[in-house]
Amino acid sequence: MTREPASGAEAQLEVPFSGRVEAGTRKAKRGGAKTGRRSEPGNDRPAARKRRRRKGPAKRGQHADVAESMASKQREISVSEFFAKNRHLLGFDNPAKALLTTVKEAVDNALDACEEAGILPEVLVRVEQLAEDRFRMIVEDNGPGIVHAQVPKIFGKLLYGSKFHTLKQSRGQQGIGISAAGMYGLLTTGKPVEIISRAGPRRAANHFHVVINTKKNLPQTLVDAEVEWEKPHGTQVAITLQGTYKKGRHSIDGYLKQVVVANPHATIIYEPPNGDKAGERIVYERTTDQAPREPREIRPHPHGVELGVFLKMLQGTSARTVRSFLQEEFSRVGNKVVQNLLQETESAGLRLTPRTPPRRISAEDAEVLHSALGRIKIMAPSTDCLSPIGEDLLVKALEKRVTADFYTAATRPPAVYRGNPFQIEVGLAYGGGMPGDTLIELYRYANRVPLQYQRGACAMTKATVELPWRNYKISQSRGALPAAPMVLAINIASVWVPFTSESKEAVAHYPEILHEIRLALQECGRRLAVHISRRRREADEEKKHSYIQKYIPHIGIALQEILGLSDRQRERTVDTLTDVLERSRKM
Amino acid sequence: MPKRMTKTQLANTHRKNRERDRRTVELIQATAKDVHEHIQKRSKPDLKFPVRALSNVTYSTKRGYFEIGKQKKVRTLTVNTVKTFAQTLRMMSLSKELVETNDFATKRDAYYQSKNWGAAMFQDQTESDTVMDDIEALFSVNAINREQLRFVPDEHGGAVAGELVVFDTDLETGAIEKIDCTRFGSGAYSIPTSVEQLSFETKAKFILAIETGGMFQRLQSHKFWKKASCILVSMSGVPTRATRRFIRRLSESARIPVYAFVDCDPYGISNIYRTLKVGSGNAAHINQFFCVPQAQFLGVTPQDIVDYKLPTHPLKEVDIKRARDALKNDPFFRQHRPWQKALQMLLKMGVRAEQQALAKWGLNYVMEEYLPNKLKNVRAFLP
Repeated sequence: MTREPASGAEAQLEVPFSGRVEAGTRKAKRGGAKTGRRSEPGNDRPAARKRRRRKGPAKRGQHADVAESMASKQREISVSEFFAKNRHLLGFDNPAKALLTTVKEAVDNALDACEEAGILPEVLVRVEQLAEDRFRMIVEDNGPGIVHAQVPKIFGKLLYGSKFHTLKQSRGQQGIGISAAGMYGLLTTGKPVEIISRAGPRRAANHFHVVINTKKNLPQTLVDAEVEWEKPHGTQVAITLQGTYKKGRHSIDGYLKQVVVANPHATIIYEPPNGDKAGERIVYERTTDQAPREPREIRPHPHGVELGVFLKMLQGTSARTVRSFLQEEFSRVGNKVVQNLLQETESAGLRLTPRTPPRRISAEDAEVLHSALGRIKIMAPSTDCLSPIGEDLLVKALEKRVTADFYTAATRPPAVYRGNPFQIEVGLAYGGGMPGDTLIELYRYANRVPLQYQRGACAMTKATVELPWRNYKISQSRGALPAAPMVLAINIASVWVPFTSESKEAVAHYPEILHEIRLALQECGRRLAVHISRRRREADEEKKHSYIQKYIPHIGIALQEILGLSDRQRERTVDTLTDVLERSRKM
Repeated sequence: MPKRMTKTQLANTHRKNRERDRRTVELIQATAKDVHEHIQKRSKPDLKFPVRALSNVTYSTKRGYFEIGKQKKVRTLTVNTVKTFAQTLRMMSLSKELVETNDFATKRDAYYQSKNWGAAMFQDQTESDTVMDDIEALFSVNAINREQLRFVPDEHGGAVAGELVVFDTDLETGAIEKIDCTRFGSGAYSIPTSVEQLSFETKAKFILAIETGGMFQRLQSHKFWKKASCILVSMSGVPTRATRRFIRRLSESARIPVYAFVDCDPYGISNIYRTLKVGSGNAAHINQFFCVPQAQFLGVTPQDIVDYKLPTHPLKEVDIKRARDALKNDPFFRQHRPWQKALQMLLKMGVRAEQQALAKWGLNYVMEEYLPNKLKNVRAFLP
């Protein structure tokens, strides 16, 4: 694998924006980048070279023998094969996690599809237990449906999707999740993915059985038939897989509960496996009829582009001049910026005019240009590409899902890390029936998708742990989450959420992101502290009042007994004393 | 044989008791009246309690006991103190009732009595004990002690044996009981919780106050009291207030000295002996009644460890701390040079010795040699 010239660093650099630049860079962000490349038709040059070598002069001794025998073993690896072997990269490490990941991928897809079509989502999740360790998961949505021809590719081919090539906030990104889940199901049970989809009331619903050919990363359709379906439009996907059904923090129940907090516009119906609670249906009605703002697609910001991507963009552009290249391919670049940039490159020893054709710029010059881009001042990226939940809706959602006394939320203004706009919001629910002496519940979201694993590695956890909660009247041990009857929901909305690893489970520790989370937490913390002190004051008042009511009569009784007062004298004494104390209390 | 008091004697005792009870009730009423008047004037009443701690005692050899100082803690009736205030007043009311019905209550009794008080009841006995101690301190300023308030301790007194006749009064009939402390065989007379009504008749020459029950047993069963003509009192650790009061009254009425015989360690010296002689900081308000200023320290002294070649144990950390603390903060030891020297010697040797260490020289060595030797030179006893 290491022999391949275009592997390694460069391939990884391409990841963020490669989709927009040229077709040949479609590849997984999730560590599969290197192998992904090999499966592409245009990239088989190394293989060709090997073939030539085999045709060369006969044996040249031992080394040549070894090379020959190695060559016979060297062959292409398909993405699907790679992931089949490295299933942990996609979140299929163990049976419990596999079941949850499958549900998660299907729900993400359903919500994304509905939102893109401007439909208020209604998603049904059903998990059936077929055997001790075998489950069938069904997720059904009321989305726009999928065109007949696309169905097999979407569910039976890795790295196929609509989201990877756009710079736009969405849940999924790579087009890898649901087909990987289907592949996992196939590998563990031999069952195909079953899909019913209908693209509109006037179209027929189609029923498919699709399996993925892991060698070729191609879908294979086993069944393709028209069926009767009661839904006017929507998609239903069923995957049979090996798994374990669990309760607790990493459970499907817990996951869906968190989904509805961050997606107040979605209705989710959940039917847990039989045996557990037979025939039970948990319905999470939507909290609002207001669909989230459809996020706009944006061009990359110059500060967020890596060198490798920049080179590809230079080569792939249709612009004839450097100026039009910069202005058309990037956001926030105008005449003034181009001028500043060329001055900057000139001071670095590179002379360019705005009219220089991009294709003429050598790799070395491009590097100078790229580093100059990083040095000059450019307006922050536009932020209408973000679609946060919003303070009001977050509070409403928490009110509906969490029983508490106090709710608040803070949505920060958009900020930028490495040229990528992002926005942090924090929702907080405190008090009520929650246990008071345990650690708080921290819900982490990236673009409204709950993150359930690797809590310790996440920037959200770090910012929460590092905040001095005692300033907000919440107890906290050193280096731990605060201990309080509290649920904290933190969401990061971004076109490109920086995850610490391919499995999309924890947000990386960018200083800008930590800073924004901290500010949002502080805002909520301050409001919480006001609430808590008011509550305490009220409780104190209440206690004092009941104290007075409770004990003053005994002073009356004792004085009556000792001094032989009459009942009237006693009552007067009690009344006077009550009055004196009540008055002094108010001062 | 019970013997009848003469009519005048009986009348005298009753008159004295009635007088004392009348004063107790008057004081309770005066305190309550003050509270009541404050309320009627719409101001907040308060109660002033002397501070009970070693930091609020003074000591002089002339007076001979720890005397409580002038520091007062004022408890004003506010929202926060209303509960204890109510409990204090109800406890005083209980005391008045006990005096009027000529009854008494132990600390535990008082705690259970409070269960009738509804919201004002005590949750556990430490709460009621504190309130009781406060009331006691409050009235001690007027020379009224807890027994006069009719609250008696649960703690038992020590054991007594020797040439002593105790006259006790039967509370029910007023008859006088005559108790001969030589006639308990291998047992002993047990000091009652209240000793005020006792009177004594003795020809003994001194009282020997002994720390451990084991040593008392030895001296009692071999009738050491007969040989040395003394009265033996077992303290079993820090003497209870009844034991202290008993020794004090006996010593005063018979005009005989008191010698203490305890372990040679900081606990024996600074807790047992010091409390016997001058009282304690926590109970400073009652020291004037409950200590024995005339007591002297017979042994075991640090010098005895050397003189009698006694087997020892090393001092523990708490022992060292206690000894240093006594040298630094205890007004009693600071007043007496010989004690400072003795404690410093003990610290320097770094060891302690128990009374029973004398058994190294034979079980009865203590009676045959040690005590007779020591008693030959009473002037050398530590103060």
